[in-house]
Amino acid sequence: MKMYKNKGDKPTKTGFGAGVLAAAHQNGNVLGIGADITASVGMNLFADTFPGRFISLGIAEQNCIGVAAGLALSGKVPVFSTYGVFAALRTADQIRISVCYNNVHVIIGGAHAGISVGADGATHQALEDIAVMRVMPNMTVVSPCDATQAEILTEKAILGLSGPVYIRFGREAVPDFTDEQQETEIGKGQELKQGKDVSILATGHMVWEALEAAEMLSAQNISARVINIHTIKPIDEDIICKAAEETGAIVTAEEHQIFGGFGSAVAEVVVRNRPVPVEFVGMADTFGESGKPEELMGKYGLKAKDIAAAAKRAIGRK
Amino acid sequence: MNAVKTKDKLKEIVKTLRVDVVKSLAEAGSGHLGASLGLADVFAVLYFHIMRHDPQNPGWEERDRLILSIGHVAPVYYAALARSGYFSVEELKTLRKLGSRLQGHPGRDHGLPGIELSAGSLGQGLSVAVGMALAAKLDRRSWRVYSIHGDGEMQEGSVWEAAMSAAHHKLDNLTALIDRNFVQIDGETSRVMEIEPLKEKWEAFGWKVFQCDGNDTEALIETYSKARAVAGQPSVIIARTKMGKGVKTIEDDYRWHGKAPSPEEAEDFIKQIEDENV
Ligand SMILES: [Mg+2]
Repeated sequence: MKMYKNKGDKPTKTGFGAGVLAAAHQNGNVLGIGADITASVGMNLFADTFPGRFISLGIAEQNCIGVAAGLALSGKVPVFSTYGVFAALRTADQIRISVCYNNVHVIIGGAHAGISVGADGATHQALEDIAVMRVMPNMTVVSPCDATQAEILTEKAILGLSGPVYIRFGREAVPDFTDEQQETEIGKGQELKQGKDVSILATGHMVWEALEAAEMLSAQNISARVINIHTIKPIDEDIICKAAEETGAIVTAEEHQIFGGFGSAVAEVVVRNRPVPVEFVGMADTFGESGKPEELMGKYGLKAKDIAAAAKRAIGRK
Repeated sequence: MNAVKTKDKLKEIVKTLRVDVVKSLAEAGSGHLGASLGLADVFAVLYFHIMRHDPQNPGWEERDRLILSIGHVAPVYYAALARSGYFSVEELKTLRKLGSRLQGHPGRDHGLPGIELSAGSLGQGLSVAVGMALAAKLDRRSWRVYSIHGDGEMQEGSVWEAAMSAAHHKLDNLTALIDRNFVQIDGETSRVMEIEPLKEKWEAFGWKVFQCDGNDTEALIETYSKARAVAGQPSVIIARTKMGKGVKTIEDDYRWHGKAPSPEEAEDFIKQIEDENV
């Protein structure tokens, strides 16, 4: 029996767009910055509702980030969204200096995150953005697991934080399963399922896969804990240490390179506090390719069965 | 802040800034001397004549903003801020030292009053200036944005992204200045990477272009006044300066771009600055 019910498939980008709109209704200083692909990155709701607060800057991402910094230094709350490959990587130096070193409240939306972007192929699949964003001082990195959570966290990030924020979301319609009433705070992980043999820590789209993996493991009498880490920085050290302490083995799952990303962030906490075996599920130092999202998730080992296999390896290393 | 009216007084301030630059660099033992000296006239004109600002209230909302894109000329920026009254002139001696508020390139995180932007990576300042100018327009405020750029910086592609956007959004409350000293670290800009025809490039990007002698305070005041009157488009001043201006023996010598004087050299340089007839 499924513990979590899919309310219906939805892309996380629609949650992001709804969160921006909700925040904009509450704070007149919230502005949108567009780099041509407005609808495709979830900003069309805002742009249609507040045309006077939407600034079009064209296909010039470096400038978008600098302009956002200038707006933020003048009391505005700019939200800039484009594909994660451009939002986080093409603009890395502008983000480092104009945004992070100045420590201004600029919200950067990284769309098309992960390999589930599918047919567009490797150029447009953001698989390195977590690593690059989380290494920036002052940056908060948010990676919601579904549309419901994307909306809640986006609104909170815009209205509740004061420094730079990177919010990562995908294009593919995926299960929307979290409860709106569930406590969702930036920086706090969520235990979605109890377990004692191994802990699966997942982020973004991989949280649903982790829940499915836990069911597969349960059928084999392995009790897996599932934890949703929607804030990669600052990461919830307590929930990670508790998982290491109580289950003795950890699997991380992300739609991102295994080097430097979410799994590395978890491992940093584990090795410092409570060293236990850690297995990493993610892109194994390789680019993606064209294909259907499901096919790609399968080919690159990002499915529930891959997480379940990793869990058994982690347990075997105890 | 009251604008300095007399021309002689402004020229005295320029000399003072140059001496401050030489002293602080000699004390620091490193830093960028050439362009800091070359821009002393521009900083004196902006801080003591053109800009609306209040050193007693650095966060005053109606102040004009100065965006220094070329963070490496921080020494003359700091000298202008100190001489305006943002902090004590004595503090200039701490340039580039551990724990100082005077970072090698400006850093707001160290709490120095008057700093609008932490900057130093070339090609970013104009975008930030555009963002500020947009904010002023959105709020219908009358404050203006002044930005300062290097000529070598024109080689950064992001400058042109920003230039395009400023014209698109008709930011007539923004005036950029390009320190046209024809040199950069490796030598002459024409040899490293030609940026000409510069005036035509900016015009093609939709800007109102002015050209003037950047080491002539009266010419700068006149040009900034004209730029302020431009409506419907951003303006840029291509200011011809001499790198190392004021120290005859090093003027236009690109080897002094990123170098600090020894104590003996500093003594000689200061004497040259003070003796210069302007
Ligand atoms: Mg130069």
